[in-house]
Amino acid sequence: MELATKSKMFCGCPADHFGKEPNSVTCPVCLGLPGALPVPNKKAVEWTILLGLALGCTISEESKFDRKHYFYPDLPKGYQISQYDQPLAINGKLGNIRIRRVHLEEDTGKLQHQGNDTFVDFNRSGVPLAEIVTEPDFRSVDEVDLFVKKLQQMVRYLGISGADMEKGSMRIEPSISMTNSSKLPKYRVEIKNINSFKFARNAIAYEIERQTEMLKRGETPTQQTRGFVESKGITVAQREKEEAHDYRYFPEPDIPPMRWESSQLSAISRLLPELPDLKRERFMSEYGLSEYDAGQLVETRQRAEYFESCISEKTSPKIIANWIINKKIDLEKVTPAQLLDQIVQSTQSTSVSDDELGKIIKQILAENNKAVEDYKNWKEQALGFLVGQVLRQIKGKGEAQAISVIIRRLIQRR
Amino acid sequence: MESNCCYCSIVKLLPMTIDIKSLTIIQALEGMRNKKFTAVDLVQGCLANINKYNDDYHVLLTVVDEAVLLTKAKEIDKTDYSLPLSGIPIVLKDLFSTDGLRTTAGSRVLEGYTPVYDATVVAKLKSAGAIIIGKANQDAWAHGSTGENSDFTPTGNAYNKDYAAGGSSSGSAVAVALGMCLAAAGTDTGGSIRVPASWNNLVGFKPTYGRVSRYGIIAMASSLDSIGHITKDVADSAYMLSITAGKDPFDATTGGDPIGRFVPSRMTLKGVRIGVAPEYLGVGKKATKGMHPDLEERIEASLAALEKLGATIVQISLPYTDVALETYYILCPSEVSSNLGRYDGVRYGNGRESFGAEAKRRIMIGTYSLSSGYYDAYYKTAQKVRSLVIADFVQAFEEVDVVFAPVTPGPAPKLGEYADDPISVYLSDIYTVPVNLAGLPAIALPSGFVDGLPVGIQLIGPQWSEEKLFSIGNAYELRTNNRR
Amino acid sequence: MKQSSLTSNDIDHISTLAHLFLTDDEKSLFAIQLSAILDFISKLQKVSTTNIEPTSQITGLQNVFREDEIDTSRMLSQKQALANAPATYKGYFQVKAIFGE
Repeated sequence: MELATKSKMFCGCPADHFGKEPNSVTCPVCLGLPGALPVPNKKAVEWTILLGLALGCTISEESKFDRKHYFYPDLPKGYQISQYDQPLAINGKLGNIRIRRVHLEEDTGKLQHQGNDTFVDFNRSGVPLAEIVTEPDFRSVDEVDLFVKKLQQMVRYLGISGADMEKGSMRIEPSISMTNSSKLPKYRVEIKNINSFKFARNAIAYEIERQTEMLKRGETPTQQTRGFVESKGITVAQREKEEAHDYRYFPEPDIPPMRWESSQLSAISRLLPELPDLKRERFMSEYGLSEYDAGQLVETRQRAEYFESCISEKTSPKIIANWIINKKIDLEKVTPAQLLDQIVQSTQSTSVSDDELGKIIKQILAENNKAVEDYKNWKEQALGFLVGQVLRQIKGKGEAQAISVIIRRLIQRR
Repeated sequence: MESNCCYCSIVKLLPMTIDIKSLTIIQALEGMRNKKFTAVDLVQGCLANINKYNDDYHVLLTVVDEAVLLTKAKEIDKTDYSLPLSGIPIVLKDLFSTDGLRTTAGSRVLEGYTPVYDATVVAKLKSAGAIIIGKANQDAWAHGSTGENSDFTPTGNAYNKDYAAGGSSSGSAVAVALGMCLAAAGTDTGGSIRVPASWNNLVGFKPTYGRVSRYGIIAMASSLDSIGHITKDVADSAYMLSITAGKDPFDATTGGDPIGRFVPSRMTLKGVRIGVAPEYLGVGKKATKGMHPDLEERIEASLAALEKLGATIVQISLPYTDVALETYYILCPSEVSSNLGRYDGVRYGNGRESFGAEAKRRIMIGTYSLSSGYYDAYYKTAQKVRSLVIADFVQAFEEVDVVFAPVTPGPAPKLGEYADDPISVYLSDIYTVPVNLAGLPAIALPSGFVDGLPVGIQLIGPQWSEEKLFSIGNAYELRTNNRR
Repeated sequence: MKQSSLTSNDIDHISTLAHLFLTDDEKSLFAIQLSAILDFISKLQKVSTTNIEPTSQITGLQNVFREDEIDTSRMLSQKQALANAPATYKGYFQVKAIFGE
């Protein structure tokens, strides 16, 4: 997850690099100039801890950064500052899926290929990334889909990332292996270049099939990294580099380690908002909503909070829920107060009582003698006219059919 | 103003003879403030020495344009010299990033590199009114103890240009000794300030690790690099530190309380306990096939001087001295191999084929020590032994105020003497590297001559004890008057 | 770890990891020199380090951070960022060929 901090992970450059001129959002630190040094962004660390807490993780009492070495043009220092053996958070759970760890690192620059040339833009270099690694607990594509959507919702609830796959602020790298037994297979295939939930499903589904076919033929799939090719819906092997796996991790000497007092962790956990599952339960019990309705309302934190701002004695939570869920209200344009007004008005108007209606109809008939006479003389349009007059009077809050029935009863035709 | 014009014309008739080689910063400030001479005079004095010596001694790789220097000096001459380093000509080791001024790290990889920013220390010196005269030659990437690993012609010793200047801050030391500047900034990762200072009869200061910001200084070994300076005397050294020291928001490893103005306070060393370790005076013999006998004599004389000043010499033990060198030569190349990973020729510099042989060796050793299967046996083990070396000093400082040690096993060798023998050069670091492993401050002080070449001794203090080192060093300096 | 004679395979492997493209002469010379250096530093294996904690940091500092604020004072213009690059194209750094591919 790209964390939505104001500044980058190890320097004060703006983290927002979207749509900027290439290499215009850099400084000696994120450009990896000789002599530059990293200083960690406090908020990025706090948000990663927050994410760990939200995922039910244990926050490591002692944590540090490490250098992860490899050579690539988009990696300015020749190493990425990441976390190796002492990540910020470990051992959590989301739904049925166990979370192995949550750690913090910096993003690389962006490469673009054109023919034989490669171009690099370092605007993105140094943006903070929170990496979440699960245990191999998924047994189907559906489980993965459910999990990533839940994770996205969680992260958005915390307000720490846009978590948008199309924009690249959320990226997933599934690792897939197939087995007949209950033991984990010895190989793992990692899939890269997945840019949407749909592509994730396709890639995983393809890969499951590919591996299953191989195993049926008695072949063991090779441990490798494969890239998803959107246009063909398949995965292809990326060039194998055995050395690429020797990252030569060692503790980052330029950054002192982190040690947390329980008071500090308590302070951070107080920043935790009510999370979706709990909120849904509460909406069901407190407002008497159905699981479906409650689920819809807690879809986003914005919607849930909007809903609760509307709660008033003037109307019932169920009606408000109904409006928000079914009537596609633009939460940006209509304030809760305005929505409440609309609801109140419409419920009032829709309950024009029968007595009220009867009075209005008699009044209209009394005021429109000519039309009444016309109708008595079998002129059908006159009925339409009279119904229209009634509807105008009650501001459309009535049923034309019902009104015409009442009028016909009242007028004796010759 | 008319009076100025008069003054100038008088100056033209009688050439100003400031002997930059013997002038200290303190004296220079006094001289300017008392209108005895001007900043322009200082710059011109330095430039004269640069013109005289640079071609033969290969001291400075880059000299700032004369017109620029004179303009700067003239601006300063318009002020009342109130800034702490007003008009003081300073040379910087070529590891210091200087905005708009070429910075090579002594390497062909960066021979065309011009930084677009100033290191924190550079900014501080500039804000203090200092005039940056030029960038000093050095062992490439600070890899070396003699100066001979420069990718350019190595610097010659100020006392005999056929001999090594010491490294890796070779040009920094010789620039001060030959009057090309009044002080020079350097780095000390395993002795790189203390060795060249000692071999050129100067005071070399290595502060506590984290005392001075490393931001903007091309990194050698991140957990060992210390940013210091070379001056003619202790008072200047303390003065420079008061400008460069300080916690820096751009360097997460800096700390320490502000440094006050050094006031020489001791005329005696009564009550001061000075530790001497047999491992230092014994090991040198084993490691390098004997310490130079005349150096032994100078060391004895230095200790005697300290005793005469009233200090008590205490026998201590530093048992892990024996393996400190090996520890250093695993940790240092490992961090080097990592720090040199950014030189890929994409954003700056020439490609990696331009690295010199020593750089390549260190990168290879470092990569090996960090690699899968070897990390535990090499890097991690070295980190553990480092803890033991640190503990040695912690123990020692329970018993003594400072530790006394030689700087090198002998005076400067002839240039080329160690050409194909990198290990012999490593072995000569025996006295200096433990200090870096423990992150301690140390001061190297002139201690006479051996075979016509200067030698030094060093005093090592606990972390953050710079003031104590200046105080004791100052007393020693006055007593021995070794800078003749 | 007594064995410290580096084979040419070792040299190849290390130099690839280190992204150093050595000449054959360099490889031979380094095989000898580096083996000697490794012998020298392998002496460390004899030191007893059971129960000794490794030292990564000597300052004793911890929890050093910066606030999440934008700092414009160090930001570089595109021109400055590209100032020392051997090859650029429309604001990008140009890499002639992807390393090793």
